[in-house]
Amino acid sequence: MVEYERHDYDVIVIGAGGAGLRAAIEASAQGARTALICKSLLGKAHTVMAEGGIAAALGNVWPQDNWRVHFRDTMRGGKMLNNWRMAQLHAQEAPDRVNELEQWGALFDRTDDGRILQRDFGGHRYARLAHVGDRTGLELIRTLQQHAVHNGIDVFMECTVSRLLKDGDRVSGAVAYWRESGNLLVFNAKSTVLATGGTGKAFAVTSNSWEYTGDGHALAYWAGAELIDMECVQFHPTGMVWPPSVRGILVTEGVRGDGGTLRNSDGERFMFDYIPDFFAAETADSIEEADAWYEDKENNRRTPDLLPRDEVARAINSEVKAGRGSPHGGVFLDIASRRSTEYIRRRLPSMYHQFKQLADVDITAQPMEVGPTMHYIMGGIRVDADTAATTVAGLYAAGECAGGMHGANRLGGNSLSDLVVFGRRAGLGAAEDAAAQASAREADDAQVEEIVAEMRAPFERDGAEGPYDIQRDLQETMHNLVGIIRTESELIEARERIDAYKGRAANVGVYGHQQYNPGWHLAMDLQALLTVSEATARAANVRQESRGGHTRDDYPGPNDAEWGNKNVVIRQGADGEMEVTTSPLPEMPAELQELFEE
Amino acid sequence: MSETANMRVFRGDAESGDWQDYSVEVEEGQVVLDVIHRIQATQAPDLAVRWNCKAGKCGSCSAEINGEPRLMCMTRMNLFEPGEQITVAPMKTWPLIRDLVTDVSFNYEVARTIPAFKPRAPEADGTYRMMQEDIERGQEFRKCIECFLCQNVCHVIRDHPENKPEFAGPRFFVRLAELEMHPLDTEDRLELARKDAGVGYCNITKCCTEVCPEEIHITDNAIIPLKERVADRYFDPIRWLGSKLFGR
Ligand SMILES: Cc1cc2nc3c(=O)[nH]c(=O)nc-3n(C[C@H](O)[C@H](O)[C@H](O)COP(=O)(O)OP(=O)(O)OC[C@H]3O[C@@H](n4cnc5c(N)ncnc54)[C@H](O)[C@@H]3O)c2cc1C
Ligand code: SF4
Ligand code: SF4
Ligand code: FES
Repeated sequence: MVEYERHDYDVIVIGAGGAGLRAAIEASAQGARTALICKSLLGKAHTVMAEGGIAAALGNVWPQDNWRVHFRDTMRGGKMLNNWRMAQLHAQEAPDRVNELEQWGALFDRTDDGRILQRDFGGHRYARLAHVGDRTGLELIRTLQQHAVHNGIDVFMECTVSRLLKDGDRVSGAVAYWRESGNLLVFNAKSTVLATGGTGKAFAVTSNSWEYTGDGHALAYWAGAELIDMECVQFHPTGMVWPPSVRGILVTEGVRGDGGTLRNSDGERFMFDYIPDFFAAETADSIEEADAWYEDKENNRRTPDLLPRDEVARAINSEVKAGRGSPHGGVFLDIASRRSTEYIRRRLPSMYHQFKQLADVDITAQPMEVGPTMHYIMGGIRVDADTAATTVAGLYAAGECAGGMHGANRLGGNSLSDLVVFGRRAGLGAAEDAAAQASAREADDAQVEEIVAEMRAPFERDGAEGPYDIQRDLQETMHNLVGIIRTESELIEARERIDAYKGRAANVGVYGHQQYNPGWHLAMDLQALLTVSEATARAANVRQESRGGHTRDDYPGPNDAEWGNKNVVIRQGADGEMEVTTSPLPEMPAELQELFEE
Repeated sequence: MSETANMRVFRGDAESGDWQDYSVEVEEGQVVLDVIHRIQATQAPDLAVRWNCKAGKCGSCSAEINGEPRLMCMTRMNLFEPGEQITVAPMKTWPLIRDLVTDVSFNYEVARTIPAFKPRAPEADGTYRMMQEDIERGQEFRKCIECFLCQNVCHVIRDHPENKPEFAGPRFFVRLAELEMHPLDTEDRLELARKDAGVGYCNITKCCTEVCPEEIHITDNAIIPLKERVADRYFDPIRWLGSKLFGR
């Protein structure tokens, strides 16, 4: 019999980024006994790294802005693959959620008349992102964290969930371990919210941290839930490229929003050569118009530097391939020659800091070198738009680990708003569901024993291959074969390699003890990482077209007739193998469709 | 370009521990955290270390490098002479869990004792007006990434752990000052600052300010004004009343 701590809750929330914190606050406010569980210390989740801002049609800077314009931008940015209802709720509710943050103590940058200031970002028609310099995520997470600690939520930090428990068809809790001691916990919960973030650590070059091993995606999948759009991965156009140790670290889109521009080695502003038909009508085609747009949005169209991220990332990729890249394989991002030193340091303090300290580059005097980096996964756990319920009873999901909201490509700033809009809805949905359950289900010992045996097995294999090499090989494979440009033969090869890594991971060994042992933690994280990598590689092979963050060399361009109205769906088959199917997109009502007919 | 670094890393747990030497390949541009990761991947897979963002944004990777409290992810290797021995130790003020990981729960407990932000009523349209110049100081304080390096270096608790129950530490003076100067807040926390948080223990050595990676002027902008407000209230009530009536 294994020993474990036992905890009973109405609602457990797994993940303490923006989505998890907002969900826990809401569940607790509804009267549910709530636990918040996270792998890192509280306040260190990925959300803390978000820079540029949170998108909401407040209309403070451009009164013409409203939720319909935001909705339209979001759908078009997502290449119409979004779940329309999520995009609608998001656009409608984001302003309230931003104002709520202010009510909880957030200090956003101000307009001249004392309201919340908004900045330009790619794909948004109007300046729409509420922000605090370039550290908006810190403001968001700290505000929620400081609000949450007074709300009677029990926090379990540095505590990793390994598996969900099931009682029949319903998720009934989770098995977790303390990172500090290796000791086990079993949570019995009436309902469970996943808010675990993304999958970036499947790739060699990423802006994401060690936490992004796709745990929530995998936990849901293993528990029988469906994943959608796993092929839709966002490569952010501007990651640092030099020195090697910082490769992938994000350079906020705010640099371009505040006037920075991309140039190739010939000094050309090459984005003018990459304006797709889909966006031609709303994009400036001359340098004069692009530069005038920053000041006068009524009479000028937006600069192509701020096309949606997938377009810019592909353009940079092409420039580098054509031999017009920067010395270290990126392109130049120049704000130094375009804005004053004082302006740059006030608007972009942490970018200034980051380049100065990590790359010896003074961004007020020199251009930055940037290139694409894996940044965000649009795909995720399939949810009901209104309640955030997954396809498995008792299980909810919100934030980056949920799918549908962003379609094939996410607009900058739309994640932070997604977190608070759907975090709240997930907390509400889970609390209502919990209130309808008689009592938390008792964990089934046999299930727990089996999970624990699997968790501890790597210790029995002292001397076998360790986890670090497997992770590195997987990251290289995903980067090279399932990266920004994809093709069938490479995707098939990727799957074969992933199968081989699964074999190696099943025999992985670790040594030392259970106390704060990163080798062991990684050995367990590898399971999730392999599951989400396989899902992305398989889904990418099925979608035979290019759309948003999914680009196929062998199927260039979108195929609306065949693929424009379908999600690729992943689930675990009865035999334990991964199944890939498609299902039709939910149909948009006529009054919303009208917004696209112009 | 690649060189070999001589790293001396503290290994151990609450019971016992010792320095361990590693010689490690270093590449151009690397930071101390990269080197620690290289040790983990090649020589000591169980070496415990906290980190998240690797860009100085999350405040997870605090340690004492050659005796100086710093973020490992923002400490470039080229800061050191080639061949110089570089020591990496856990923060001293907190109980050791393992290797470079310490128990910082003290800070989370203090955070809970600070009464929540309590805003005044909004404008008729449900939102607030605040001028940029009135929030600039608050924004400086809210840059805090909770690395707890200032807490670690403050002699009031570093050398006298017995003071911990009566001293919140510089990080939380920053938080108190932030709330105190927030244009919308209506809660009064001066009594707390004086009594439970023990701002009087601070003798303005400025060690906290020196180590803050966010360059927050902890002493000049947070602690000294906080001390002044406490002094006005408790030792010069007439002036305090005046300041209440005629604005801060
Ligand atoms: C550098 C950077 C800049 C960005 N800038 C912006 C921006 O300006 N605007 C914008 O809208 N978006 C931005 N994004 C995207 C956005 O920050 C993220 O998508 C978002 O923060 C994800 O939030 P989340 O709540 O879903 O998850 P996270 O904040 O990542 O939180 C995940 C939580 O889950 C926990 N967790 C994970 N697995 C487990 C497990 N097995 N057991 C227990 N806990 C677990 C983690 O510990 C963590 O607490 C940026 C992203 C990056 C990387
Ligand atoms: S100035 Fe005060 S708070 Fe800061 S280190 Fe010195 S005694 Fe501690
Ligand atoms: S005030 Fe500075 S040193 Fe102290 S915790 Fe915050 S960021 Fe770290
Ligand atoms: S890892 Fe985030 S501050 Fe160093």
